[in-house]
Amino acid sequence: MEDLNWIYTENVKDHFINPRNVLDDLDSYDHDGYGKTGNVKCGDEMLFVIKVDSEKQIITDCKWKTYGCASAIATTSKLSELAIGMSLEKAYKISPKEIVKELGGLPENKIHCSVMGDKALKAAIEDYYRRNKMEDKIKKEETRIICECMNVSEHEIEDAVLEGARNYIRVQEMTKAGTVCGECKDEVIKVMNKYLRLHF
Amino acid sequence: MEKRQIYLDNNATTPLHPEVKKEMIEKIDVFGNPSSMHSYGRNARENIETARNTIASFIGAAQGEIIFVGSGSEANNSVLSLLTCQLKKCNVRGFAKPRIVTTSIEHPCILETCECLSASAVDAEYLQTDEFGKINISELEEKLADKPLLVSIMMANNEIGTIQDIKKFAEITHENGAFFHTDAVQAVGKIPVDVNELGVDFLTLSAHKMYGPKGIGALYVKTGIPFCPLIRGGHQERGRRAGTENTLGIVGFGKAVEMRKIEMEEEAERLLKLKKTLKEGIETNIPDIKFIGHPTESIPGTLNVSFKGVEGEAIMLHLDLAGIAVSTGSACSSGSLGASHVILATGISEEFANGSIRISMGRETTPEDIEYTIDSFTRIIPKLRKISSRY
Repeated sequence: MEDLNWIYTENVKDHFINPRNVLDDLDSYDHDGYGKTGNVKCGDEMLFVIKVDSEKQIITDCKWKTYGCASAIATTSKLSELAIGMSLEKAYKISPKEIVKELGGLPENKIHCSVMGDKALKAAIEDYYRRNKMEDKIKKEETRIICECMNVSEHEIEDAVLEGARNYIRVQEMTKAGTVCGECKDEVIKVMNKYLRLHF
Repeated sequence: MEKRQIYLDNNATTPLHPEVKKEMIEKIDVFGNPSSMHSYGRNARENIETARNTIASFIGAAQGEIIFVGSGSEANNSVLSLLTCQLKKCNVRGFAKPRIVTTSIEHPCILETCECLSASAVDAEYLQTDEFGKINISELEEKLADKPLLVSIMMANNEIGTIQDIKKFAEITHENGAFFHTDAVQAVGKIPVDVNELGVDFLTLSAHKMYGPKGIGALYVKTGIPFCPLIRGGHQERGRRAGTENTLGIVGFGKAVEMRKIEMEEEAERLLKLKKTLKEGIETNIPDIKFIGHPTESIPGTLNVSFKGVEGEAIMLHLDLAGIAVSTGSACSSGSLGASHVILATGISEEFANGSIRISMGRETTPEDIEYTIDSFTRIIPKLRKISSRY
């Protein structure tokens, strides 16, 4: 059995078994920004804390904790490596795609639900901006998550509408929004209708 | 610690019993069509009927009451096809609205078929379970007032191992004029099952859950009970399941049952002891855990345990790296979106629902395997909890 390929790439496996930059104790880690995302019902939750060089606007250190599956753990670990030494501006724009690429790929069904570290990191950066009266840097539209379970943003719902979704079921199929706990159903429909009116 | 290879996923499927393997290799050239009247056909037919006889006697059925099918799922689907049958010759008559009562913890082959049938003419009602996965008889009694055609309740649950009081359910179902089916795929071969003792009309069983080959199952249909074939167009299995018989699969199935007759009782005792050791070992070494399923009314080799603050797939994959094969009911497993419907049906809190691991032991499981498994859990769980944002 041992010779068979594992379910994830070697890189993912490595980060899963030996996660980097894990937060030991939140209280004793003096941080400049804190972010948390996810939902225990869906099986994934992430917490990210960052230290920032206020002069250079660079992330000098970061730590994380994750409740989730192997790919959730591995992607958050990889992201923490990428983020250290990165400018806030650049780190704020890291996408799930970039993290997955760095890890050599993930099974498709895992990308949507388990790569949430970037959202937690974004939340931590926004927290830093808020603490330092730099709210103007926060991009509201891009970061708004409508479906917490499947991590679907307003932007993705807009894309689905543009690609032909005309009803809630179709939006669900295309984005997976509202397919777990269903709490976001009304909001998804509201957002869908907003873009239906806007674009058509 | 030396790495081992331990298979603790026997509820998913089992390895072939060495005797089954031997028998199947021996019979691999029995190729004749069992429906042919020449010697090749008769040879195949004889092998099939011998196996049928073995299987029938194992569950107290008559030989003619056993239909061979392609799987447990097919057997279950066949029973449900009764609901929509309008044919006179299938003998289902006198019901204004076809209605089925089943449970929220059935296998997907029942639940999804019910969902599909509900879209057309069928009413499907689902019984809920208590925290141990037990169905309440008074709830069934209530639903029987609506005069369903069929009641289908699984005998032992694949995920949590809980055994239902099938005898009582069948009795009360019959008092209300409905037919009773039980999916006994996880029960037959693990605990004694006798169709007369239980009083069921239909019972599903499968070879690969009891050290037989995959791709062969059987359905018990009590004599005189209406039946509507799912796969039509052939005279095989007395016109109840079309398609040339899977002779080699049936031979393996028969041998597997023959071996169960010899080994089951002793194995059950041994597995119950191992389960006790495993349970105590986990309990002693790891805090914040919950065992899911009934503490006593459960199949011997199955233990379902959930660990607070850690996600099931991560545990499963760490165990896999340690050489241990188990399964999980977490949201992340096998592409499904929320946690397992069975785990959720027990009303367990969200903190625990995604951290469940099913350990299903079998005839090859040794005390050393269990010690190694306890040690592995004791090593892995704190490691995952240390990086968890929920612990």
